Amino acid sequence: MANNVVLGMKNIEKRFSNVYALKGVNLILERGEVHALLGENGAGKSTLIKVLGGIYHCDGGEIYIDGIKTNIENVRDAQAKGISIIHQEIVLVPHLSVAQNIFLGREPVTKTGIIDIATMNHHAQEMVLQLGLNIDVTQDVFRLTIAQQQLVEIVKAVSFDAKIIVMDEPTSSLTEHEVKQLFKIIHSLRAKGIGMIYISHKLGELFEISDKITVMRDGTYVGTLITKDTNKNELISMMVGRSLTEFYTRTNRELGDMAIETVGLTKRGQFEGVAFSVKQGEIVGFAGLVGAGRSEVMKAVFGIDTLDAGTVLLEGKPVQIRNVRDAMSHKIALIPEDRKKEGLVLKGAVGFNMTLTVLKEFIAAGRVNYRKKMEIIRKYIDSFSIKTPSPEQLAMNLSGGNQQKIVLAKWLATKPKVLILDEPTRGVDVGAKAEIYAIIDQLAQEGLAVIMISSELPEIINMCDRVYVMARGKIQGELARDDFSQEKIMEYATGGE
Amino acid sequence: MKTNETSHETYKPSVLGGVGKYFKENLGILIAFIIICFIISVLSPVFFTSDNAFSVLRQVSTNANLALGMMLVIILGGIDLSVGAVVALSGTITVGLIVNNGMNVWIAALCGVVLGTFGGLVNGVIIAYTRMAPFIVTMSVMNIARGAAYIYSNGLPIRSFDESFAKIGTGYLGVIPLPVIYMIFFIVVITVLLSRTKFGTYVYALGGNRDAANFSGVPVKKVEVLVYTISGFLSAFAGVVLASRMYSAQPSVSQGAEMDAIAACVLGGVSMSGGLGKVGSVVVGVLIVGIISNGLNLLNVNSFWQLIVKGAIVLLAVYVDILKKKKIFKDA
Repeated sequence: MANNVVLGMKNIEKRFSNVYALKGVNLILERGEVHALLGENGAGKSTLIKVLGGIYHCDGGEIYIDGIKTNIENVRDAQAKGISIIHQEIVLVPHLSVAQNIFLGREPVTKTGIIDIATMNHHAQEMVLQLGLNIDVTQDVFRLTIAQQQLVEIVKAVSFDAKIIVMDEPTSSLTEHEVKQLFKIIHSLRAKGIGMIYISHKLGELFEISDKITVMRDGTYVGTLITKDTNKNELISMMVGRSLTEFYTRTNRELGDMAIETVGLTKRGQFEGVAFSVKQGEIVGFAGLVGAGRSEVMKAVFGIDTLDAGTVLLEGKPVQIRNVRDAMSHKIALIPEDRKKEGLVLKGAVGFNMTLTVLKEFIAAGRVNYRKKMEIIRKYIDSFSIKTPSPEQLAMNLSGGNQQKIVLAKWLATKPKVLILDEPTRGVDVGAKAEIYAIIDQLAQEGLAVIMISSELPEIINMCDRVYVMARGKIQGELARDDFSQEKIMEYATGGE
Repeated sequence: MKTNETSHETYKPSVLGGVGKYFKENLGILIAFIIICFIISVLSPVFFTSDNAFSVLRQVSTNANLALGMMLVIILGGIDLSVGAVVALSGTITVGLIVNNGMNVWIAALCGVVLGTFGGLVNGVIIAYTRMAPFIVTMSVMNIARGAAYIYSNGLPIRSFDESFAKIGTGYLGVIPLPVIYMIFFIVVITVLLSRTKFGTYVYALGGNRDAANFSGVPVKKVEVLVYTISGFLSAFAGVVLASRMYSAQPSVSQGAEMDAIAACVLGGVSMSGGLGKVGSVVVGVLIVGIISNGLNLLNVNSFWQLIVKGAIVLLAVYVDILKKKKIFKDA
């Protein structure tokens, strides 16, 4: 039993100046084990992984690999010791080929120092085939889909002859179908005796794939459980340190008049003949696989992209939306999918971000009404319980959940009538997720028409009144709440009929 | 890894395929080049003579060196504003050592090149280890190098009558002027360096995604230092050759040369945000900048108007590049 342990981390400590980021953290990983690491954002999971990967040095504690005490000096050293990390954000070089990315840092060279491209491509293609994937390794990475890029990361990790592979939220941008493919690969790695540390916020996934679960909270070790002997509620209460009574909030609401309706929305090569409608106080989901065209439709409705054909009707009247300003004046708001790129000025303060959409409310004729500005900021920090030391804090320093709340605040400040949410809880921890669901429900109660694009089916099924399912740029089906089921949605999403 | 049954010979780039690919990738800029050549040759009968061709090549050799270094730096995600000043400094020091100190020509030239290379090294070390913005660092080094050149020469040109020094820049190999030989040599070396070595891959990786490079164990800082050092070396070498060609060191020479180098890179499709760019295209960029100057000179257009024409052409090139990129991403 003991000699089956590939990695032991004992009493790991890490300080940043005087603040403990990790204190007394333990992790025992066996060969062929999938060990989930669970905790809210800021619980110290990423820091622990960075210690393991040689990006940070720990200030205390011991690391054993194959039972031998070791120091991990740097990234190269970690790789040499058989540790491979797949980071949360995809870290590939867009304009290098798949093979170049896989071999980055250890390209095969001939005696003269010239890279042996043929050998490199050959080996890379073999690795890809071994994992049962169908990717041309000579292609540049930027031409691949996000899911394919994620798979390339896995090939790269495996290619180090890794004994230990860490996956940090590998499924955050994958659809259910792609997750299945990933799990297949994890199973085959497990059969090869590779130990895997698997970080995810999606509890359902952990029950499907992991053998053990270690829970962390506030940089400390809470405990390790055997997956089949535990349940969701136990895990959640361990994570948040209190029991969470209800995850999804859903109240019964009265639906009002038609808020938004579209006819035949078309953009060549992206989507075609998209017709949907949302009433006041209604939450309508858009399900589908990545690339089905959901975000593209909403971007066009919001005026970021232009339509080739089709009409948008607001409260029954056709409107022209040529750009974002038009959309804003018609009281439409869009919470984008990628909050870091499209939602926030990361280097800007929390307050700056929140008020960016409503400058005209407190700046006029060269005068800035700071009191008015602070009122807006305070209102949302309080009502959304955004955890920030002050409105002056930079947005980049906040956790994913709090960042998402800032983006919500920024758009709600415009007092929209139609709110479009694109993957509203991506990369957000459980606690913040529940809070965001409660906010969405509250908004619908107040009469907002809410459109929610989501790749997480439980989210759609639990939150929405109705769902449209898209595939290949077309709406394939529409389901009312009573007819919701994972199977039916997936059938439409894969264009089954 | 075992290398067995499955063969992947299709991945070996064939020579012909390479040439075809080159024309496909550079179609736009090559057409532009041909059109500009055509217009100038219609307006000026002198343009299409072998004398003028060599004259153009000799003139562009300085900018070719600077643009090659600049290309490396821009692919890396940086910028090097000090190249013009390094040209002036290395030339001034070299000629000064020969004329004022009676130093051996070759040792003096070596000193000039080493000093300029050192300037590049300073750029690289400061940028890599302090993470100060390349724009600021190289602008400061530009001022320091230019100032040093003025101080050393008291702000005046230094004339050189040394025959062996003059050979460096005015000699011939067969019918080909030496500066052109140097230029071809560096083009080949940098091409191999970028496309066929680990270092080259790392330059693209760093500019394309610094985190990815770092997490892959790429020696990020070393690569960064080396790139700026190479840029310094290429500029310093160009400085010595230029001084030799002019029989004198001019501390004020190559003012704004960094802009011509950047223009050549941009025309050659090097992405200003890093990660993208090829030697073959930048060379055409250098030639376009060169023939525009040469053509406008032949047509007796004054140098102030030349600035306006160059500015307009760079704007146009970047706009075309943006249109092209939109198309690439659409196709993907």
